[in-house]
Amino acid sequence: MTNRFGAVLKDPGFWGDNAALIGLVVIGAVFSVLTPFFLTWPNISDLLVSASILLVLATAQQFSIVTGGIDLSIAANLPWAAVVFGLAYNGGLGMPLAIIAAILSGTLVGLINGLIIAKLKVNDFIATLGMLGVMNGVALIVSGGQSFAVNSHFLQSLALGSIGPIRYFYLIAILIAVEAHLVFTHTAFGTHVLATGGNRDAARNMGIPTDRMKIAVYVIDGALVGLAAILLVARTGGSDPSLQTSQLLTSIASVVLGGSSLFGGRAAVLGTVAGALVLTTLLNGFTLLQVSEYYQPIAVGIVVIAAAVLSRLQK
Amino acid sequence: MTAILEIHDLRKSFGAVEALRGAELTCPAGEVTALVGDNGAGKSTLIRCITGVHPPDSGTIAFKAAPIHFTSPTEARAVGIETVYQDLALVEDLTVWQNMYLNRELKRGLGPFRWLDRRRMIEETQAKLSRLLVNMPPVRAKVRRLSGGQRQSISIGRAASWGSALVIMDEPTAALGLRERGAVETLIGNLRGEGIAQLVISHDLEQVMRISDSVWVMRAGRTIAHWRTQEVDRTRIVAAIAGGEV
Repeated sequence: MTNRFGAVLKDPGFWGDNAALIGLVVIGAVFSVLTPFFLTWPNISDLLVSASILLVLATAQQFSIVTGGIDLSIAANLPWAAVVFGLAYNGGLGMPLAIIAAILSGTLVGLINGLIIAKLKVNDFIATLGMLGVMNGVALIVSGGQSFAVNSHFLQSLALGSIGPIRYFYLIAILIAVEAHLVFTHTAFGTHVLATGGNRDAARNMGIPTDRMKIAVYVIDGALVGLAAILLVARTGGSDPSLQTSQLLTSIASVVLGGSSLFGGRAAVLGTVAGALVLTTLLNGFTLLQVSEYYQPIAVGIVVIAAAVLSRLQK
Repeated sequence: MTAILEIHDLRKSFGAVEALRGAELTCPAGEVTALVGDNGAGKSTLIRCITGVHPPDSGTIAFKAAPIHFTSPTEARAVGIETVYQDLALVEDLTVWQNMYLNRELKRGLGPFRWLDRRRMIEETQAKLSRLLVNMPPVRAKVRRLSGGQRQSISIGRAASWGSALVIMDEPTAALGLRERGAVETLIGNLRGEGIAQLVISHDLEQVMRISDSVWVMRAGRTIAHWRTQEVDRTRIVAAIAGGEV
């Protein structure tokens, strides 16, 4: 058993496959040594709360990246769904309908992305870049360009409440990630999505409707962005129509850190979770150490590149 | 021997190009039928007509004595005609068992909670392939980690494992080394024992002599010669391909 463990550690593929998890442990260890506040449950819990929205968005991004695509429209779909959610609730629709409206508006953007990519044969990058612009404008128009408050007890308890020591916020995010993992490993649908991303001709030869798979992943992606929008409104207390560019970039960075290939075919949902946690931990640790926030993007950038170098060791 | 596939006077044109001008072919059960001919002789078009990629202009294709008119490879597969493509149609990032059961997954549970029955698929992949393959790769390994010969064997093993009556192979060993070619030829021999009809396109006449029961030669869209393999020698096949006296 020890021999097998030793062999695993000597295999460069192990380090490549688990780069994000190893990075998380190393960064966590460094911060624990540097500050006694890091490894306390209140701080870990705060860290998980601030990672939650990113976790949901990274899981959304994972679906498009698995098919060899990418979803740039997240940066606009997120504020768009947040604005629809806020307007629906403030307009008196009630919380359940507002939640449905938010998820449907996110899903709609995903569906349009999927149809443009699968039916009009537009490259994923270009299609979602176009939708990024379109939805940014639409969100600004329907909100009048202004952010506005959304006050609700439900949202407050969603953002602050907990079951015992577990906050609802990251409970939702973790459930989503676990479910995504199960979809890829334990369902025929997940296998067909992986096949579509890994070798589209082979998948088609075996009778898998690859166009429908492509549309389906963007629909799931969009629905998850709608859910993330609800979390965002709960956390910030309002709807803001402006672009969420940093959420977009960190969602892509999390997936890449996690070891999924941008060429598609490989889903590493647990790696993506670790990737999102690495990026959030960096920010958390820097804040505890009172490092200027100007250094944070530099550290994030270096970590992403280092992970890409590590992933070249992958089998 | 019962003929699984019988083709009579098949014709197919693409615009002004007559790709098939009256092709004949018979594939008996439990036999390896070799199809040889120069590039452009019409072998690939003939195969595509059988598998539903191109509908023929005229002539008949009978499968198990019933006429067929496929419009897609999926329809051909549904009745038991499998094709092993040159690009193998395997997904490298999936495991052997996932490829084996791709789009034929076994599930358990009810309604929306239908999960993959991974254990049964792994066990049955092991059982099906180990019966056929000489060099059995680990069924949980990703295809990316396998050699060309192992991949080709899995591709063929998969095609033969679904109650298929006819397996069509296009140059099954063209990209393989000597030892791997041997393993694939053994696999083809094992399939013959299963009663499956096999149609093999090959440029390698030594191989045709080794593995086939009968050989058909195509030239300029026609099947111009047909022998039992044991009643012919390589020189006569070469002469027929090149356009000499049959």
